[in-house]
Amino acid sequence: MIKKTDNLNKNKIISRRLFILVAAKIGLLGIVTSRLYNLQISEKQKYEVLSDKNRIREWKTPPQRGIITDYFNNVIADNRRVYQVHLSLEEVSNFNNSIFKLKNIINLKEDEIKKIYENKEKSKPWDTLIISENLSWNEFSKLNLYLHELEGAKPVLSTSRHYPYSNDLVHVIGYVGDATTKDIQNKKKIEENFVPGLKVGKIGIENSKDTDLIGNHGTKRYEVNASGKKISEISYNKETQGENLRTTIDLEIQQLAQELLKKKAGSICVMDIYTGEVITMASSPTYDPNKFTHGISTKDWNEIKNNKLRPLLNKSLAGLYSPGSTIKPLVALAALEYGIIDQKFKVNCKGHDHPYELYGERYHCWKKNGHGIMSMRNAIKQSCDIYFYEVARLLGVDKLSLIAKRYGLGSKVLEDFFSEEKKGIVPSTKWKKQVLEQSWYLGETVITGIGQGYIQTTPLQLCLMTAQLANGGYKIKPNLIYDKEIDLDKIKSKIESEKNKSVSKNILKDHKFKHYERLYRNPNNLKLVLDAMYGSTNEQFGTSFRSRHKEDKYKFAGKTGTSQVKRITDQDRELDLELEEIEYKSRDHALFVAFAPYDKPRYALSVLIEHGGSGSKAAAPLANKLIKKILDRHELREKIREDLKKFA
Amino acid sequence: MILSTSLNSTSYSFFDKLKAVDYFLIIIVAIIGSMSVFSIYSTENGNFSFYTKNHLTRFLIFFSMFLVLSFVRVSFWYRQAYIFYILGILLLLLVIFFGISASGSKRWLNFFIMNLQPSELMKIAIIVCFARYYHRIQSSDIQSYKYLLQPIILLLIPCYLVITQPDLGTAILIAGSGLVVIWLAGLNLKYFIYSGLILLVSLPFVISILKPYQKSRILTFFNPDRDPLGAGYQIIQSKIAIGSGGLIGKGFLQGTQSYLEFLPEKHTDFIFTLFSEEFGFLGSIVLILFYALLIYRIIRIGSSSRSFFAKLYCFGFASALFLYIFVNIAMVVGLLPIVGAPLPIMSYGGSSMLSIMLGLSIVMSCKIYSRDPIGN
Repeated sequence: MIKKTDNLNKNKIISRRLFILVAAKIGLLGIVTSRLYNLQISEKQKYEVLSDKNRIREWKTPPQRGIITDYFNNVIADNRRVYQVHLSLEEVSNFNNSIFKLKNIINLKEDEIKKIYENKEKSKPWDTLIISENLSWNEFSKLNLYLHELEGAKPVLSTSRHYPYSNDLVHVIGYVGDATTKDIQNKKKIEENFVPGLKVGKIGIENSKDTDLIGNHGTKRYEVNASGKKISEISYNKETQGENLRTTIDLEIQQLAQELLKKKAGSICVMDIYTGEVITMASSPTYDPNKFTHGISTKDWNEIKNNKLRPLLNKSLAGLYSPGSTIKPLVALAALEYGIIDQKFKVNCKGHDHPYELYGERYHCWKKNGHGIMSMRNAIKQSCDIYFYEVARLLGVDKLSLIAKRYGLGSKVLEDFFSEEKKGIVPSTKWKKQVLEQSWYLGETVITGIGQGYIQTTPLQLCLMTAQLANGGYKIKPNLIYDKEIDLDKIKSKIESEKNKSVSKNILKDHKFKHYERLYRNPNNLKLVLDAMYGSTNEQFGTSFRSRHKEDKYKFAGKTGTSQVKRITDQDRELDLELEEIEYKSRDHALFVAFAPYDKPRYALSVLIEHGGSGSKAAAPLANKLIKKILDRHELREKIREDLKKFA
Repeated sequence: MILSTSLNSTSYSFFDKLKAVDYFLIIIVAIIGSMSVFSIYSTENGNFSFYTKNHLTRFLIFFSMFLVLSFVRVSFWYRQAYIFYILGILLLLLVIFFGISASGSKRWLNFFIMNLQPSELMKIAIIVCFARYYHRIQSSDIQSYKYLLQPIILLLIPCYLVITQPDLGTAILIAGSGLVVIWLAGLNLKYFIYSGLILLVSLPFVISILKPYQKSRILTFFNPDRDPLGAGYQIIQSKIAIGSGGLIGKGFLQGTQSYLEFLPEKHTDFIFTLFSEEFGFLGSIVLILFYALLIYRIIRIGSSSRSFFAKLYCFGFASALFLYIFVNIAMVVGLLPIVGAPLPIMSYGGSSMLSIMLGLSIVMSCKIYSRDPIGN
């Protein structure tokens, strides 16, 4: 009986407890279900994104740089097919072993191997490592032959930057190299399009126009598994090539200029005096930009770096030189504009025995026996120093400084286009107070009058100065990249309208001018100066008379300059050494500025030979050859200009 | 006295037995079994190879075994309950000496045709053992210390053996299965509360003796992003897979998380994840419903059984089954720490399949021989 009631009791308990259990189960089931609902319905999108992130991996494909041409559409920077070998890290079981095998096949040097190991440290396990960027055909075919033994190695046909005229344009185009962390930080475009092995511009146009040239990287999306192995390609967003650029450079003239500068240190700049197009910007010595594309070897680098003639210096715009006598037309112009003197003003140059004296200090003319009584035109033509000492003294450095700045000295010609461009120095009393914290001495004014002393200019500035004198005294906008906004006809009509404008009151005080605005007060002053420059080249006793062209169509006007590197002592004057007898570093810089053709000026140029001696002997003769070439190519250039205008 | 139980067994005709079979239960098991085969097939990216073949073979063998063993009299299980338990303990002891090690733990015995994991068998043995134990005890005696201590010792021995393998998950499931039976038998609620409190108090101590990987799993449970590529990887990937499945899933064989091998242990503990990724919320609910039906059927069989043993066993087994399923799913959806518990029938693994089928066959035997008065 007890058993029976107990059984009943037990059954009761078990039923009750089962009921509680089932209730608990239903509760727990509810929790699980709501969790599933939460994951799969409420937060589905979040997890879908995470799942795609898991399974899809992007590979960036490198963009192709835009092509750079000269004005005549000659390609001066393009992309050449190169043979490379890449190593897919996920397929490599023993990295050291693979590198050892590769080393034997493609002749890797020690420093290259070191770099490979460095890169490997930075890579992810599924990355591809570039082992060699530029294999010879022999190496490449050998690699293909042994490919079965090289796990993970991939022969790749790629493209890389190539400069067909290697040395001739390096100072204009610059070169490319691997993007550094700094490059990536500085330029958003690089950051956005960065892929391992991306080349970016280091200097020159390649650098300043990087944003346009670089193009957009492509994206390949692959489905990958958990260990990163590619399973299938999902999409391929193709990379795009960067913009093509047309420069204003004339390849042939540039080449001739570089040829003329061969084995010398110097610069030649040629500019269109209306459009401001830089037609040539040669600097010597040069170096091969192609060597930088894949990382320059230490030996080559040292060779370039240790060259005494400083190939890395872009002398046209980063070399600073005293302008010497090339500034004299500007000094004369300033004095005339301010009405300090008129063209009849005369000074007697009596030779070394009777030098110019100021407060006991003596200033000599370059001509031992003196020029005699000099008028302004003659003084420019024969480059009489005594005359300009006196004119400068009367003028004062501050007025000279104003005019010099107005015509392009003391500021960057291409603005911020080239990071290395220097602005030079146009001294004034204020400048000296601010920078040197000293008072100005009149003696310093006197030597500034012949382009010595504090004044420092770049050859490109001298070229611009000449251009703005030659075009009749109008401010132009120098440019290196073809710009359809800069239209010759428009400029000419703008200048024409400026010519007839009445002179603004502040013409003698302002030095900030808008493009194509007139810079002069009285056109006759400028005419006189330009005529004197004509005399300098085309008349007997002119300093560049020997470099003149006799044919009318090539006739040009110029001004020589010889800029002293060190002070000439009485002893030096006594010795009167020949150029070859002076130590190279102490020789004068030879300068020459010119414009051509004389009757209808169109081009201005500057020539500088470092330590070349006198301007008339070393610099002016180069201009002779150059001007012939420039004028011969004028028609062709104008035809291209018309075509470009038509197609625009 | 126990052994001398009189067996005035009822005689059953073969026809009676067939009539008594719960075909609905068999169908549910068959359905879940086929779902499992397709799931394993999907883990191999739709190739009928090693895992699928093995799983299918095992399922067919053990399913047949289930059907055959269903006709073993329930009184046999009653009589052999302690033997079953002792056998389980012996096998666990054998593991210590002859066990096969894999990934840091020693859980398996090599039986040539299969590697047996005795702890899985223990999950059933403990239920059978306790069902028998409480079958005879009067309800008034249950609360006595003697009857309190004995089952606790019986429970602690296998749990200890399994924990030291180490296999925390299975140990918890064994403990849970045992406790469920004790609870059903009517042990006073206060003991459960007390022991719960003691466990809570001793938790710091327990944690201190845990293996580093077990500790890390628990810490990871609370914050999976602690170590996303290490200990947290599994749970993060599992949640991504399930979550990205959405309402209807990515489709059969389309689960990218498993196909691309982001999912760890996809054949075993994370099979639900794969299923849920491919069939979505709806699929998961359907699977859970089948499990619920299975449990419901087992409880129904228990309810209609006359013997206390059968009731205790069926309810105990049903609850244990629920516990396995709950722990596994809660684990893969991130509600519980990853402890290593397979999903019954679905997960790849012979021992688990064997023990579930064995458990089911005892249930069926309870059904077929429901009129058997056991041990009275």
